[in-house]
Parts: sequence; C-alpha cells; structure tokens
Amino acid sequence: MTLPAFDLLRPTTLDEALRLLSEMPDALPIAGGTNLIPDLRKGSHAPGSLIDVSGLPELCCIRRKEGHLLIGGGVTIAELLDDPMVAQTTPILTEMASSFAHTLVRNRATIGGNLVAAAPCCDSAPALLVLDAEIDLAGPEGTRRLPLAEFLVGAFTTRRESNELLTCVRVPVPSDRSYTGFVKMGLRKISCMAKIDVAVRVEAHSDGRCEFARIAIGAVAPIAYRAEAAEAHLAGNVLDAVAIAEAARLAGASAHPRSGSEYKRQVIEALARRLLTDVAGRIEGGS
Amino acid sequence: MTERRPIRLIVNGRAHEVSLPPNTTLLTALRDLGCTDAKNGCEQGECGACAVLLDGEPMNSCMILAWQADGARITTNAGLGTLERPHPIQEAFADAGAIQCGFCTSGMVIATKALLDRNPDPTEAEIRDALSGNLCRCTGYGQIAAAVHLAAERLRNLPSWSASSASEDGQEPAFKKRVLASDDVTGEGGRS
Repeated sequence: MTLPAFDLLRPTTLDEALRLLSEMPDALPIAGGTNLIPDLRKGSHAPGSLIDVSGLPELCCIRRKEGHLLIGGGVTIAELLDDPMVAQTTPILTEMASSFAHTLVRNRATIGGNLVAAAPCCDSAPALLVLDAEIDLAGPEGTRRLPLAEFLVGAFTTRRESNELLTCVRVPVPSDRSYTGFVKMGLRKISCMAKIDVAVRVEAHSDGRCEFARIAIGAVAPIAYRAEAAEAHLAGNVLDAVAIAEAARLAGASAHPRSGSEYKRQVIEALARRLLTDVAGRIEGGS
Repeated sequence: MTERRPIRLIVNGRAHEVSLPPNTTLLTALRDLGCTDAKNGCEQGECGACAVLLDGEPMNSCMILAWQADGARITTNAGLGTLERPHPIQEAFADAGAIQCGFCTSGMVIATKALLDRNPDPTEAEIRDALSGNLCRCTGYGQIAAAVHLAAERLRNLPSWSASSASEDGQEPAFKKRVLASDDVTGEGGRS
C-alpha cells in the first residue's frame, strides 16, 4: 500500500530541525516511524512534511550527569535494553524494554516517540512515572522541563507544541535502597500491546520500612498514571502482607477501565500484590 | 515538495543509486530493485516478513522510509548465501523442516542471523525473544527454534561463516532466481 504523499526533510542538527518545525506548522517529526508509518497508512495523520530527527546526534545518547540519567529522545528501546548503565541504575527500564513490542520494533522505536505518541498502552510511561522522570522539550525559545506526569495529558495528547521536540528524558538516579518491579500483561507473552502495565518502586529505610512508594499503571485509563492512594498507604509502613494487600486493592480500585474491561481492576490488584511482595522479599533479604 | 531524489542503497554488497519520492518505504525500494525475498506482509510492523539487516541490525523495512536508509548497508536473506553455497542458517532451516509456505522464512533467517552474530550460543528463551517479531502461520515455531539451535551449533564449528557472509564479496546471489520463482507461486510478485 502506497503511503500518502508528503515531503521528507532530513536536518543534521537539532537547531535546524527546530527551525524547520517552526517554519512548517503542518510538519511532524519522525524518528523510528514504528507508530507514525502505520498511522500514515491508516490516514490518522496527514502531515505535509515529515522532519526526520532519527539521526540527530543531540538526541542519541544515554549519559549520567549530576545524579540524573539523561536519555536522549532518539534513543531506541533496544539501546535502552542493552545499556549496562541503565541496567545498573534503573533496572526497571531494562525490564520495561524487554517486554516492549518485539526485537524488530525495539531496534527502531525510540523512547521519545513512545512518549510523544502517548498511547494509553505506552509501556515506557509507567516505568518512567515511578522513577519521577522529567522530560525536556526544545522549542524556538529554548528548552522547557516538565514532570512526565504533567507532560502526559490524555490519550494521544501531550503538552508538546507542534514546534517542539522531546530531546531528553531525565531520570533521577534512585538511591541504592530503591527497589523496583515492572510487569506487562497482554494477550501474548511478547509482541503485543499492553492490556495492563504495572510499575512499582519502593524506597526503603535502613530498617526495612518503606520510606515512600510509587505505583504507576498503564493501559487502564486514557493515559498512564500514578495510583497515589495506594502509594500513600505504604509510606512509612512495614511491607507486610496486610499492607501490601491493601495497597494492591487501592491500586486496582484506582483504574478506570473501559466498559467491558472491569476485570482489569482485579488483575491490577493481583499484579501489584505480586510485584510488592517480590520487592518486600528483596528488602528483607538485604540485597 | 514531494519530488524524487537520488539515494544510495548498498544492498547485499552492491551499491545502487535509485531515484525515489519521499513516501517510498525501504521495502518497496528493495522489491523494486528485485529483492523480492523481502516480503510485503502486514505493513504494520507485526509480522517481520519484510525484515532486513540495516547496518547489521534487524528491522522491519515496511516502516522505514527509503530516504532514511540513504547510504546504509542492507542485507536481505538472498544476500546471505547462494544456492550453491547456502548460508548455514539457510541450510539449517531446510534441514530442520522449518519451512512450509516460505513466506516468513526470509525474515526468520534475517532475525536469526542478527541473533547469532551477537550470541553464538543462545538459549531457547533467547531464540524465542529474538524471533518474537516474526510470525509464522504454518510451522508452529518448534521447527524454527530447532533450526536456530542447529544453525548455531554448525556456525560454532564453522567460525569463518559467522565472520563473513556471502554478501560481503558483492556477488549477485545465484539463488535469486529460485526466490523469484517462489514469489510467482505465492502471487506476492505483483503486490509491491
């Protein structure tokens, strides 16, 4: 099937890309194209031009700087999966990447594209929400920084203006008393869209109590979100079976699945309980 | 706005200058160059029948714009071996019976090549993950996983094959004719 007509511009620097985006209001950035190309075929976007940002050096690296992991918007899911620094500092991102689509798509899809597309089932968002990630949006007047939770507005909607590019995902490197887990449930073990994503992070006190917790859920509401009532139930408490069961119940109750998908509340509760139980076991094990 | 522009694609060791409009996918460009071993399946990145190595990494060519591949080295299944001298992966697929209709096979072989280049002795789980983007509606995957194990074993005993594939010497794959013939059988030849 032939793609609809569009022009393709291939800037070589970030400045040039931003200038082109400002000059052409009907242009869309393209990187891996794993969302956009099928969308163009379906006709859900009809841009006059595409600006290829996949080769921009400013967007392509993973660095550690001033207590943050800086992931360029053009970093692919496969690069994230293979990066030893990511595995060491934020293993939840490695776990997320290993459940993301499949190998062929991971080699192409970018973290920036996944967030900007803002699909309800976007896998990277729940994992990044529990890490308190921020994103940098570069535009003609410079770069602005937003918490990820603020950037994600709703299904397929973000705070990105048409002349802005998501240049960087900033992840504060968690302490060594941080414990995380991620699980994706879909119709198949792999190569599927999420029916449910659950991500958890527990920051533990040295006595094993939970200092604070983050629980984020994807694919059960217009956009991934944090289950704050469930998080609050864990803060300051020992992660025993009773506390975990109640937090998991609150996480399930927080979901707004579409009609006919009410089962998701029960599944979220079970997945959250499993993840938190696993985390609690690792804290007690002193790992 | 949307006029043709010449780009350079290095396909299976041979450089091609082609003039294409910007909305041409790499898959269409390859098929128009005669590389019909890259199959046009779902066009949504789900099936992997169009998988090629782009600078060594396996990707769905249906979701890459040809201009984005300007200057890149592309390897298709036909670039890995010839009829007279098939690549050990291709031989293993035949020997293990990992072929029925053959539509998925090019993509499967490409994904296998990428896996074994990185990991010469993969576990069953690693094989299934590496081939997770390649769908087969005939075989049930058991023989395909067996073919990858077999290919890995043979390649470990034949290190020269993993070091340089047949595509590196720039020769036209001799078994291209057979690939084209199988296209006629599936009716795929007219779809690109």
